[in-house]
Amino acid sequence: MWSNRGYPRSGGITLLNLAVLALEDGTVFEGQSFGAPVERAGEVVFNTAITGYQEVFTDPSYSGQIVVLTYPQIGNYGASEADNESAHPYIEGLVVREFSPLSSNWRADQTAREFLTASGTPVVTGIDTRALVRHLRSRGVMRGVLSGAGGDPKALVEKARKIPSMAGLDLATRVSTKERYEWDTPVVACSPSQHVGKVPEAKHHVVAYDFGMKRNILRRLAQVGCRLTVVPAGTSADDVLALQPNGVFLSNGPGDPEPLLDGPAAQVKKLIGRVPIFGICLGHQILGLASGGKTYKLKFGHRGANHPVLNSVTGRVEITSHNHGFAVDPGSLNLNEIEVTHMNLNDDTLEGFRHRNNPVFCVQYHPEAAPGPHDSHYLFDDFVKLMDGYKK
Amino acid sequence: MPRRNDLKRILIVGSGPIIIGQACEFDYSGAQACKALKADGYEVILINSNPATIMTDPNLADRTYVEPLSVEYAEEVIRRERPDALLSTVGGQTGLNLSVALAEAGVLDKYGVELIGAKLEAIKKAEDRLLFKDAMHKIGLDLTQSQLVNSIEKGLEFAEKIGYPVILRPSFTMGGSGGGIAYNREELVEILESGIDLSPVHEVLIEESVLGWKEFELEVMRDLADNAIIVCSIENFDPMGVHTGDSITVAPAQTLTDREYQMMRDGALACLREIGVDTGGSNVQFAINPQNGRMVVVEMNPRVSRSSALASKATGFPIAKIAAKLAVGYRLDEIKNDITRKTPACFEPTIDYVVAKIPRWQFEKFPGAAPVLGTQMKSVGEVMAIGRTFKQALGKGMRSLETGKSDGAVKYSEDLIEARLITPNPDRLGYIRYAFERGYSEEQVHALTSVDPWFLRQVREVVDEEQAVGETSMENTSKDVLRQYKRDGLSDNVLAKAWNVSPLTVRERRKELGVTAVFNRVDTCAAEFESFTPYLYSSYESECEAAPSKRKKVMILGSGPNRIGQGIEFDYCCCHASYALQEYDIESIMVNCNPETVSTDYDTSDRLYFEPLTLEEVLNIVDTEKPDGVIVQFGGQTPLTLALPLKAAGVPIIGTDPENIDLAEDRKRFGKLLDDLQIPSPENGTATSPELACEVARKIGYPVLVRPSYVLGGRAMVIAYDEDTVRRYMQEAVHFSQDRPVLIDRFLEDATEVDVDALADMSGEVLIAGIMEHIEEAGVHSGDSSCVLPATSLSAETLATIRSYTERLARALNVIGLMNVQYAVKDGKVYVLEVNPRASRTAPYVSKATGVPLPKLAVGAMLGKKLSEMTDARGELKVPQYFVKSPVFPFNKFPGVDPSLGPEMRSTGEVMGVGENFGEAFAKAQLSAGSPLPDKGRLFLSVNDRDKPGAVALAKKFAELGFELAATRGTAEAIRGAGLTVKTVFKVNEGRPNAVDLLKAGSLSLVVYTGTTGAHAFADEKAIRRNAVTYRIPCITTMSGARAAVEAIASRRRDPIRVWSLQEIHGTPSRTSGVKAKESATR
Repeated sequence: MWSNRGYPRSGGITLLNLAVLALEDGTVFEGQSFGAPVERAGEVVFNTAITGYQEVFTDPSYSGQIVVLTYPQIGNYGASEADNESAHPYIEGLVVREFSPLSSNWRADQTAREFLTASGTPVVTGIDTRALVRHLRSRGVMRGVLSGAGGDPKALVEKARKIPSMAGLDLATRVSTKERYEWDTPVVACSPSQHVGKVPEAKHHVVAYDFGMKRNILRRLAQVGCRLTVVPAGTSADDVLALQPNGVFLSNGPGDPEPLLDGPAAQVKKLIGRVPIFGICLGHQILGLASGGKTYKLKFGHRGANHPVLNSVTGRVEITSHNHGFAVDPGSLNLNEIEVTHMNLNDDTLEGFRHRNNPVFCVQYHPEAAPGPHDSHYLFDDFVKLMDGYKK
Repeated sequence: MPRRNDLKRILIVGSGPIIIGQACEFDYSGAQACKALKADGYEVILINSNPATIMTDPNLADRTYVEPLSVEYAEEVIRRERPDALLSTVGGQTGLNLSVALAEAGVLDKYGVELIGAKLEAIKKAEDRLLFKDAMHKIGLDLTQSQLVNSIEKGLEFAEKIGYPVILRPSFTMGGSGGGIAYNREELVEILESGIDLSPVHEVLIEESVLGWKEFELEVMRDLADNAIIVCSIENFDPMGVHTGDSITVAPAQTLTDREYQMMRDGALACLREIGVDTGGSNVQFAINPQNGRMVVVEMNPRVSRSSALASKATGFPIAKIAAKLAVGYRLDEIKNDITRKTPACFEPTIDYVVAKIPRWQFEKFPGAAPVLGTQMKSVGEVMAIGRTFKQALGKGMRSLETGKSDGAVKYSEDLIEARLITPNPDRLGYIRYAFERGYSEEQVHALTSVDPWFLRQVREVVDEEQAVGETSMENTSKDVLRQYKRDGLSDNVLAKAWNVSPLTVRERRKELGVTAVFNRVDTCAAEFESFTPYLYSSYESECEAAPSKRKKVMILGSGPNRIGQGIEFDYCCCHASYALQEYDIESIMVNCNPETVSTDYDTSDRLYFEPLTLEEVLNIVDTEKPDGVIVQFGGQTPLTLALPLKAAGVPIIGTDPENIDLAEDRKRFGKLLDDLQIPSPENGTATSPELACEVARKIGYPVLVRPSYVLGGRAMVIAYDEDTVRRYMQEAVHFSQDRPVLIDRFLEDATEVDVDALADMSGEVLIAGIMEHIEEAGVHSGDSSCVLPATSLSAETLATIRSYTERLARALNVIGLMNVQYAVKDGKVYVLEVNPRASRTAPYVSKATGVPLPKLAVGAMLGKKLSEMTDARGELKVPQYFVKSPVFPFNKFPGVDPSLGPEMRSTGEVMGVGENFGEAFAKAQLSAGSPLPDKGRLFLSVNDRDKPGAVALAKKFAELGFELAATRGTAEAIRGAGLTVKTVFKVNEGRPNAVDLLKAGSLSLVVYTGTTGAHAFADEKAIRRNAVTYRIPCITTMSGARAAVEAIASRRRDPIRVWSLQEIHGTPSRTSGVKAKESATR
């Protein structure tokens, strides 16, 4: 815990190499390099959650993105294997105001810096992240290059302009598992004082499409008594049905949903009505496409852990965890067939819907949290109930 | 669920006087609640005994009762006003307790008043230890393990089960005596044995120790539809063992993983639901074992609190305002977020900065009290600082305290390091820094303090930087490094000291290099949405969001952290200054760093800068805003200290010229002015050495009053009866210099002291606002003395002299705005003691008593308006009834401290009593101040020889009222000589049973004990006064106070329970702000 005090210092100030973040519009931020001394490119997005940086790093939905964390003190509690949302960080790069060299938490098994450096992720610290966020908020998210090894800002801007735009990009297929696998690990308590509850005997077999799945979704599903088979994004409807699932789950994932229209969305369309389906995030967007709707890109997306979502069925507001740059246009849905169930109170975007006649429901946000509030855990129970009802 | 239309009239209960643990944060929350409900069309009735608050301003409620917060008076208010509901949750513990008492006494049922905010059952569940324990177990939340035991065996058994150390608390012992911490079997047996013996029920609570655990707090809100949110998380720098109010706290929590934080969030929400807080805000405190993450609930408060005020200021989310709206039926998602305007209040604020709160203590005012922190709160105020990083926030916080510690003015001793780190104390942070300077490692400091390693690393890095600064020169420090220093919170003063240049030189250098402060917004959302509210803090980031307007604007410098002598009264003045500016269509800009206050509500001024009140930070704001004027006369000493340097820097100060404010403090120049005006003052002189001081004192004649220049609240002021005292004072007690000499005045014994507040404008017109007669004789600090408006015993001639002197002084000093003069009247002669050409502590009290907001007129005068344009009143404001202001003391928090009154101010707050006669007003004031006078029983008298004749007359009056009399030998003889029956009682050193024994036995109901004021108090006096405090027996230490008490008791016997609202007293239409208040014709 006390290690890592040995950075070179001058005038009492830690000296690190120059790191540069260059945006496609020519804006350049210079700071200090704190992670891997490499250069990476991606869409620059911001997340406003105060806690949960490790979950953000390892959420595959951030693939292709350089993440700006608005909270200025990052790395304080280190990193622990238990908090990983996938096998390794997926973010292309990290932008923070101040990165802690020390980790202070009994759960940590390494410092956050070690964690990122091991995966070759560049980190720039010391830049005015608030100014950057205000820039992204008013101009919209944009492409950028983060160099943890310095470099000519002009050249980096040019590079940023050459990377493919997020719109139209199928990243889900790229990050999806190559092999089918089983999952049965439920939620593990993070403290002797946390009561996660008893896991009921597994009574439902759920086939989960991995478009960039967060582990906590699997843990949550296992927690409510699901036996899981995780399948690659390209799995056909027939192959899924051949596994005789009680339900199908569609995961979160990175990139633009629209390129998935002819692939996964077409397969999902075939599954609608034949098996209960639950979708989260990209899974929700795929269900939107499969139900005849359209998706669009948000100006700067929703990324954070404090979004109010109104559940129009219960009339209650849930504080929810978000990570999405695209959304389903509610105007594009056939409301005779589809019922809007969740709306975002901040900007009136669609956050969830269900089919009136088929066992299908989905939410745009992250009920599995990690990071974020647990207000929406009930959706996993709802999925079980849906499968219970369908089974009978 | 929209607003409830079945409710029309709502009673709000305030929190009463400022005391330690319950300060002006409840003025902030109460004022917010009043405003919110009134804006929503409800008729608001308010009861609060504290006249210094903004919430008791007549325009904040429809009916404002400055009356005692007791069941009988509150019932009378309810009987007259017939409210439909009572909002119980915005008046602190006092408000909550009174609400419960009213409910339990059947008053609410009798008048059909509904309790809103928190229901009786919920309050009880949260407050009752056992009910709370059951409730928490029901929802699976851990508490510290504890058990009541009545034998050593059972104690040992339980301790073995939970492990050492354990905390022991004997049941029902006074002040927790007999308790302690046992680290092993032997200590347990020892403490348990004595504890079982000391406890009247022979029971001791054995509790698992959580000392050194990490401490957290969550601010929670819930609406009637069961929507619940966390507004803010707070982590304490000081681990468990120090009261949260005495801890340095940080928002948001820094060292919790998301999983732990969400577990805590789940726990807090479950707690709120189980306790049954239907609507409003609560806080839930947790402790976490840093070794294994075990989490326990420490406590929850089913109401808004000190930390909710902090959380509101830290996030920009107004908890009390929203709580009030939820209480009348609104849902969170029906309320808009004021700051973003577009998004709803149903969300969880997220922040992109770090907030640090640091308490301010004043142990130096209470000699005899050990400066040690524990589970009882001792701090009198606090500051909050916002920085982009923790380091920056901490640096700003330390200089906001105005203790001089941040500039290295304090001397530390290497020998004390370990002791100061192990035992929490007011300067632990200073000692942590010092330990790092002396080469201690983080591991060592952690082992001694249990402060989280993350915090220690931050502190150490700043210390490293500060040490490194001096290794190079200013010229050789690069722009990047300089910028990093500023980003890490190093002040220009610290840099200047290290570089051996002046702070202004550093400032110039910074500007040259382009290292200048910018301002960021507090926006509830980490910049995700646009912010419409200019709530700003400084940083050294790249982009300034201040966006100053082109309007005509005036900046008000606030009063910083509350401290004794400079408290809420000055905040009242600053807020009114702001309101007045807005009414004159001038943009108001507030600068302050006290999170408890109304002035730091983003709603109060057009623009709010939450910044330390230092020259550096104020000049940064001036650079950005370029105000047309800066007001320094409302914030007490804090802005006055800055007045001359600001003026020198070319900042336009409006109102009385700082040179003249300074003149009034400069003994020599001021003495000459008095001579020129032929106004008498007590003989006086100045001294810059012990020898000189003794010489001056000898020349003047004893007793003399000795004090340093430039102090507020009588800091370090003594009355010396002999040369020894003067010499000792000069040698030990005080710092002085050529430009700040010690002042020595002849002390006028037995004089009546008078306080005058007055207003003056540029044309030289003067309006006397109030002539307040003190009830205690001169020699008791004016802030510690009760006083009455109008004066009751001064002759017409004396009053005329006072008016004339006041007018002449105001004109001579070219006062523009407020002025306060203190006089002593002795044998018909009027002496000027002190002139302060600025707002005084009494300004709010006088405003309430006269119905005229003085600061408002003062601001008008500063803007060039004539008093006669603004008010119809001429000469002197009328006072339509009797108004008594009484001080409230914190002696019960400082066991062992002699509670006698003297020239050093020690009261933390004040109350006001209103009556048709002096006795009635005084009786109410005493009741409100927490020292209610008895109606009957036995009076104990012990007076010095000088007071014996007076004591006889006094005894006679008490006897007439049916009191039994008891007195010490000398006093008893005098009384008996007048034919009265009196029991003779031993002094403490004369034998037993003595006065203290009687006091403890409960056979005395009132004590009048006059010692030799200011001289060495005898052990006997101290014992009596101390025990009177402990056993809550009113103890009067002056004859004039005793005479007032007789009148008060007579009134209680004679007058019915009656109350008046300020609106009816002053005939103010309730919905106007009333600069031109109609003056009542009565009286």
